[in-house]
Amino acid sequence: MKKEKLKKWQELPIGGLILDMGNSSETQTGDWNPNRLVWNEDTCTHCLLCWINCPDASIKVEDSKVIGIDNYHCKVCGICVEVCPTKPKSLEIISEEVA
Amino acid sequence: MGDDAIAEAMRQINPHVVAAYPITPSTQVVEAFARFVADGLVDTEFVATESEHSAMSACVGAAAGGGRVMTVTGSQGLAYMFEVLGVASGLRLPLVMAIANRALNSPLNIHGDHSDTMAMRDMGWIHLYSENCQEAYDNTIQAFRIAENPNVRTPVLVAIDGFQTSHMVETLIVEPDKLVKKFIGEHIPSYPMLDIDNPVLYGAADRPDYYMEHKRSQLVGIINAPEVITQIGKEYGDLTGRYYGLVEEYRMEDTEYAIVVMSATAGSVKGAIDQLREEGIAAGLLKIRAFRPFPADEVAKSLSRTKSVAVLDRCGTGGAQGGPLFLEVRTALYEEKSPPQVINYIYGLGGKDLPLKHIKDVYLRLREIARTGERGKLVDFLNLRE
Repeated sequence: MKKEKLKKWQELPIGGLILDMGNSSETQTGDWNPNRLVWNEDTCTHCLLCWINCPDASIKVEDSKVIGIDNYHCKVCGICVEVCPTKPKSLEIISEEVA
Repeated sequence: MGDDAIAEAMRQINPHVVAAYPITPSTQVVEAFARFVADGLVDTEFVATESEHSAMSACVGAAAGGGRVMTVTGSQGLAYMFEVLGVASGLRLPLVMAIANRALNSPLNIHGDHSDTMAMRDMGWIHLYSENCQEAYDNTIQAFRIAENPNVRTPVLVAIDGFQTSHMVETLIVEPDKLVKKFIGEHIPSYPMLDIDNPVLYGAADRPDYYMEHKRSQLVGIINAPEVITQIGKEYGDLTGRYYGLVEEYRMEDTEYAIVVMSATAGSVKGAIDQLREEGIAAGLLKIRAFRPFPADEVAKSLSRTKSVAVLDRCGTGGAQGGPLFLEVRTALYEEKSPPQVINYIYGLGGKDLPLKHIKDVYLRLREIARTGERGKLVDFLNLRE
């Protein structure tokens, strides 16, 4: 993802309002987390339970198959890990230091 | 009474929403207005909330929804609202809040002083202070025009002195309903949340990369306010004959000794000045109407001609170098080539009387300072037993 261009104060809407709804895809909202979610393609069955349960639409899916994680928006809440039915789990939280 | 004057203005304004929790000495505003609602004289949605925190929260929601909104409070109630006051100004909502100024606990005291609104002086609100019932009425009407001006879009508070004005029976000129309605005009909301075809998000979070930019952007309304307050004060004057500015000068044209004060005490000071003038003492008054944004240029211009100035603060120092009004006035004079000597008196805390004798004593001390050049004590109390 390209680096966001920060706006000057004169360019901001009144009262800190956000006028263009659904603009979080343009903003890196998950880059602060010291942990990271990783996906293991080899064990994944593409059941999409993670995709259904993800509160931040951060499981990337194409043609009904998981293709990866949107780490710029994933908050590493761990819900997908919890619901993943495969053994071993196909989703794992690792420390950023390890990554 | 001042409270009834505000309630009468509210009846004429007919806001979409009033959310309030009554507190002495502004209870009468809420009571009188609730009666207007019950009698069907207004269309207002009146929300009797369970606390002032909820009252201000309801006002924020209603104003964000696109309504013309007002509340009333003071003292502990205002303190309880504190958290939401910054939300209102940060979101640039054109709320109007009437305040009957009252002391803060402890000790518990229901009488007038300015420590409640002075505690919120930097919350990003516009502050208008009223000398009497008439000004309370006039300021309430003008406040909506100021708050809703597209270049301002900032909440405005209209303050009156608790009891001295809120419960003072005075003659009041009430303008015709039609005139008031025409003067305030239709409310044109900016980005109303109830416009579901154009959804917007209010109250988003900022990280350090945007917070400061947003706070700078918020200041635009306050910076634009003086011009708008002045213009609306003139427009109101053209209609009613009662003109308003950021400050009011009383017999300042040839004065050497001036008192700076806000609200009801200005009336007493005018009385003292008239008596002193008869004794040959050229006393004058500079009354601050708009405390926020502070009219520093007007204050400096008015006081630069004087030799000595006493600023009367109806609020303690809290460990600062003087009362809040004093700090503003003294700073405003710093750039002057030969500024007057400025002293500070704390007066009237918790409703303490300020008889004319004490005001005259202040002028006599100012004359002495001008004569000798010796300032003496910088910050002192007026009418304090010691």
